[in-house]
Amino acid sequence: MLVELRHIHKRFGAVHANNDVSLTARPGRVHGLLGENGAGKSTLAKILTGFITRDSGDILLDGKPARISTPADATAAGIGMLHQDPLDVPAMTALDNFMAGMPGRSPVTVLRGAAAEKRFREIAAGLGFKLDPRDRVGDFTVGERQQLEVIRLMALGVRTLILDEPTTGISAAQKDQLFEAVRQMAREGRSIIFVSHKLEDVCALCDEVTVMRRGEVMGGRVLREEGRLLDTPARISSDLVTLMFGRELASPSRETHRQEQPAFTLSGVVLDDRRLRIALPEIAIRRGEIIGLAGLEGSGQRLLLQHCAGLLPATAGRLLGRTDLTHKPHKAYLRAGIMYLPADRLKEGLIGGLTLQEHVALRRSVAGKAGTFVNRASALDGAEKAITALNIRGRPDSRVERLSGGNQQRAQLALMPAQLDLILMEHPTRGLDVESAMWVWKLLRERCASGTSILFASADLDEIMQYSDRVIVFSGGQVAPPVEANALDVDRLGRRIGGQMDA
Amino acid sequence: MATPASAKTPSPGAAYRVGAIVVGLIFIAGLVLLTGHSPIDVLVAMVKAAFGTEDQFARVLATLVPLTLCACGLIFTFNAGLYNLGVEGQMIIGGIAATLALRLLQDSAPGPVAMAVAILAGIAGGVVWALLAGALNVFGRISEIFAGLGLNFVAQGLAVYLIFGPWKRPGVASMSGTAPFPETLWLPTIGKTEASPVALIAGLVVLVFTVIVMRNTYFGLRLRAVGLNPRSSTVQGIPATRYLLSAFALSGAMAGLAGGLQVLAIFHRLIPNISSNLGFLSLLIVMLGNFNALFVLPLAFFFSALNVGSLTLPIQFQLESALAGVIQGVLVLAALIGRGLSQQARARARAAAVRKG
Repeated sequence: MLVELRHIHKRFGAVHANNDVSLTARPGRVHGLLGENGAGKSTLAKILTGFITRDSGDILLDGKPARISTPADATAAGIGMLHQDPLDVPAMTALDNFMAGMPGRSPVTVLRGAAAEKRFREIAAGLGFKLDPRDRVGDFTVGERQQLEVIRLMALGVRTLILDEPTTGISAAQKDQLFEAVRQMAREGRSIIFVSHKLEDVCALCDEVTVMRRGEVMGGRVLREEGRLLDTPARISSDLVTLMFGRELASPSRETHRQEQPAFTLSGVVLDDRRLRIALPEIAIRRGEIIGLAGLEGSGQRLLLQHCAGLLPATAGRLLGRTDLTHKPHKAYLRAGIMYLPADRLKEGLIGGLTLQEHVALRRSVAGKAGTFVNRASALDGAEKAITALNIRGRPDSRVERLSGGNQQRAQLALMPAQLDLILMEHPTRGLDVESAMWVWKLLRERCASGTSILFASADLDEIMQYSDRVIVFSGGQVAPPVEANALDVDRLGRRIGGQMDA
Repeated sequence: MATPASAKTPSPGAAYRVGAIVVGLIFIAGLVLLTGHSPIDVLVAMVKAAFGTEDQFARVLATLVPLTLCACGLIFTFNAGLYNLGVEGQMIIGGIAATLALRLLQDSAPGPVAMAVAILAGIAGGVVWALLAGALNVFGRISEIFAGLGLNFVAQGLAVYLIFGPWKRPGVASMSGTAPFPETLWLPTIGKTEASPVALIAGLVVLVFTVIVMRNTYFGLRLRAVGLNPRSSTVQGIPATRYLLSAFALSGAMAGLAGGLQVLAIFHRLIPNISSNLGFLSLLIVMLGNFNALFVLPLAFFFSALNVGSLTLPIQFQLESALAGVIQGVLVLAALIGRGLSQQARARARAAAVRKG
């Protein structure tokens, strides 16, 4: 089915998640939707499948305007989505799941297990999946559960299939199987939209690609005609990286607050969170230095940050600050003046339900500078000072979850203790408007001037190039030693992220 | 179910809350009408039965104490994000522990000493029982709801076993409980009524303690932080496990105290129904009060009066006194529905404001 999305807009509060996004997916073709997390891909996929209502814009199916405002509308129109998290019932067998997922059956219909099983096996064989319908889904791997879901979608007769980050958490062999099945479905005349932030997967599978960044379409490219690549893989991926991360050149000359003496040293550190295992190079973080962590999302940047925060013990190696922090409890890291500001502000940073003023009081008590009773007056005073100093749009009694993303980030910064040796940040300015982003960096730079070191991960290469003294590149399970940012430019950084480590 | 959290902002959906309660009251009135009685008559009779005589009012006060104590304990667990349904069992164990202490000391120690020890034993029993649920929850990753309910059955079974086994009355064991303690081991009461000044003071002290801790101390603030977001709290350096277990322990202590006072001040023996479902009733009180300690006393008083007042229903109207339970249940449901609707209304208002802005 020919799917055309035209001038789609969607705002969440201050964030323009989809800004004039247009995309055309043709029957028989696999269309990649590429972009970093937060680029607006999932929003677009959810708009097309009726989970989110768009603010404006049109959806055309086979050239005719379609009204898709609920998931049921999308299903009826022949649009199916393979969700990132499986939607099945683990306690039931694959066949039971398959039958339960068929709509239009009244609850009193006698289950025709034999017929359903035959249909299941036919579809599975057609796609090259080897699933036994009688096995319990709870015993399946993520890849097998995905295959089950694909089979179910095929039985529903979808004519357009959206796959949302389908290669996360599945084995290489399962990925090959999935890709082969996707090509087969395309050959049968379906249109496929493949949503991913993984460059190599998009290059390996897609016929054409649309790249999104910060809610906007940055460009598109045809990769294949008649199944043949139109260009060399290296040139394609370098082009796509540029589209994904942007290429506006940052001003190369900027003041640094870096001092000579190292504040923290990591030597021989190996990190493993069971999904990913990375060996880090020797890293000496100097006082007042800003180190940017660049790479596709999920390449290990978060592991490094969490390790430095004392939240993820290393399987090998040492971390030295003023004292030896290796295998010390989390408290020791807090005492050592290390602050971690996670990407998901309301999940791991702020506490939804508490007010700004209460956060101020809470941080004071954690810092051990408070007695038994809450000093409301001083917490109110502290909150008011923070609001003025950081220009937060909110009141001391505003609950943090009511603040906009930018104001939440400012609140997080305001709550940082005055004396810090190391700040660890994920995506310092993700989802923020330009003004807030500038505020955030102004504050961070001031911290550096007083000797604080900063380690930050970002999907925005401009941000990395503009603020880092040195850059550590994470790519395909490898971590390169830190390089001076002056010796890099956005293009070369993009190529390194793409795997050409010596670019 | 509403998440345990304190609401402070004035709600544009307040109409829903009031409306839901009104609908609930109309439903109850309809129910009474169906039984062939006038709702007004029934209401008047119940008020009279609760407040008509000194004895009756004293009984309201006597029921108020365990309700307040359990509700105060639950304020801590709810604000820590826990549904401590084991409060009933914690109260029973408190009663058992107090009985045990009295049995051991009644022949050797002077009355006041024995009673003081019994109260402490009740508190300790409640703490142990609550920490058991807490340990299952924190270390065994078992939902505190199921751990608590399971332990309730164990506690209830233990009480029945003791009454019919080792602690049975000389002669014949009976559902009416163990042999009564001598009057030297009864807590003094106001006149000949059921109300005991010691119990009332204990309830008041615990209530004030709870209000102060939750509103004015860093402990209360951190407890709420842990309840609202354990992950963030841990990242910030708050030892979440310790706070969760503290909440269980406090709740158990207060429920255990309530159970001990039931033995010492009301029944003067261990009976199978020592908790009289007051633990569960206090769950409703706390939910109805939106997990706020300030609402505990008025709501507990209302529920207590309802309980005592309903005793007249079978006598005057040949109605089941269980109607009191129906009334309580309907009101709590109405309040929760009202809260849910008003939250939705507020969310809609916010969404509309965002769209406009």
